[in-house]
Amino acid sequence: MSLAHRIIPCLDTDGVRVVKGVNFVGLRDAGDPVALAARYNAEGADELVVLDIAASRDRRPTFLDIIRRVAAELAIPLTAGGGIRTLEDARAVVHAGADKITVNTAAVQRPELISELSREFGAQAVVLAIDAKLDDENNHWHVRIRGGHDATDLDAIAWAKQGVAAGAGEILLTSVDRDGTQKGFDVPLTAAISNAVTVPVIASGGAKLPEHFAEIFRDGNADAALAASIFHDNIQSIRELKNYLAAEKIEVHLSC
Amino acid sequence: MTRTITLIDYGAGNVTSVERALQKLGSATIRANTPAQIDQATALILPGVGHFAALIRALDENDLRAPLLAAIERGIPFLGICLGLQALYAGSDEAADLKGLALVPGQVVALPSNVKLPHMGWNQLQIQPRATPSRLLRGISSDAHFYFAHSFAALPLQQKAGTVATCTHGSEFIAVFERNNIHAVQFHPEKSGAPGAQLLANFFEMAEVTT
Repeated sequence: MSLAHRIIPCLDTDGVRVVKGVNFVGLRDAGDPVALAARYNAEGADELVVLDIAASRDRRPTFLDIIRRVAAELAIPLTAGGGIRTLEDARAVVHAGADKITVNTAAVQRPELISELSREFGAQAVVLAIDAKLDDENNHWHVRIRGGHDATDLDAIAWAKQGVAAGAGEILLTSVDRDGTQKGFDVPLTAAISNAVTVPVIASGGAKLPEHFAEIFRDGNADAALAASIFHDNIQSIRELKNYLAAEKIEVHLSC
Repeated sequence: MTRTITLIDYGAGNVTSVERALQKLGSATIRANTPAQIDQATALILPGVGHFAALIRALDENDLRAPLLAAIERGIPFLGICLGLQALYAGSDEAADLKGLALVPGQVVALPSNVKLPHMGWNQLQIQPRATPSRLLRGISSDAHFYFAHSFAALPLQQKAGTVATCTHGSEFIAVFERNNIHAVQFHPEKSGAPGAQLLANFFEMAEVTT
């Protein structure tokens, strides 16, 4: 009996609809966020993440109405983010019904944002989203911002540690190399970050098979695993995935 | 008579979800942030998430401490959620200079650092052997999972009497507390799916039958 590994569906939205793409490009429509949220709540998802990927890219305001309508469907925690640059942005998302806020680009540009959010909402509500990509020499992961578009000099491990020291209570770690490939989560990246920080790490990017989830929990030391299109497209059911993991003796939360 | 459950609203993020969960059960709810509203309450919930200091300061700045203690004293059903459980203790190491409600002896402490913190996610309870069965956990399977999100906790050795269930993350801590009309849970029933809804329904029922 111990803390269950979490399975988290993610709704990447353009502000109106759920969209999906490979390596953050070639977006296409994947459904209605409110309907998908209701489905995942019923299917045994442990949490739900809703991101406004367009807001991060062209600074559109976050779409609070979707958060409000999604939150109304859920009896599980809701994390929201995308385009959160200020305490005011975060307050609006929390008041709309989010339990946690993710910050990404704005935190890289102004790391004090993490401390400001943590002081206001508590560390448990602040999720630092990191998009990491292996460099050309294959020896460091560097942070990417603006939806994975822009490279930075920031070392992903150092940034994760800095973010936790500033008050982040969780890391949402996306492998830019694996995202959309369905080749499995990035085990070395996730293990490196998870072993470097004291907070839970959500692995993201590359999941397709149940074995990928077992591997990221066992070898990547992930506390939670996030995926999008394999759930949206019914390639993988959350319930069957959890049954598989339970049979593999991995602690999960099986709802009735 | 349908009773109204009064939610103490000091600006915590989870008031809306608690409110929505209760409304789905058919409960009428009201948000309270004045002493007069708490004086009139017939059932009270203190939700909370975040920092111990934020909750205690908000109670004191709004002059809610005395009416809250008086309401509990007069025996109305009370439910503390997350920080609302921790507030019942004398104090918390998270804000050592502030006084808790001191309805339960002991100090809230940090969970050990040999595990990932915050304790974030779904965990199970260890139900304690007890003379009277828990009213909050009535009808809930003993292996149900509940959603936790906290780094500080109350340890069971401090208060054996009211400890209904514990949970373990690094160390064993109090997950469900009940003493007379005082009920409290460290997890978030409003975010804990069907078992959480059942727990809130059990509290709602207590609020209904209390006269």
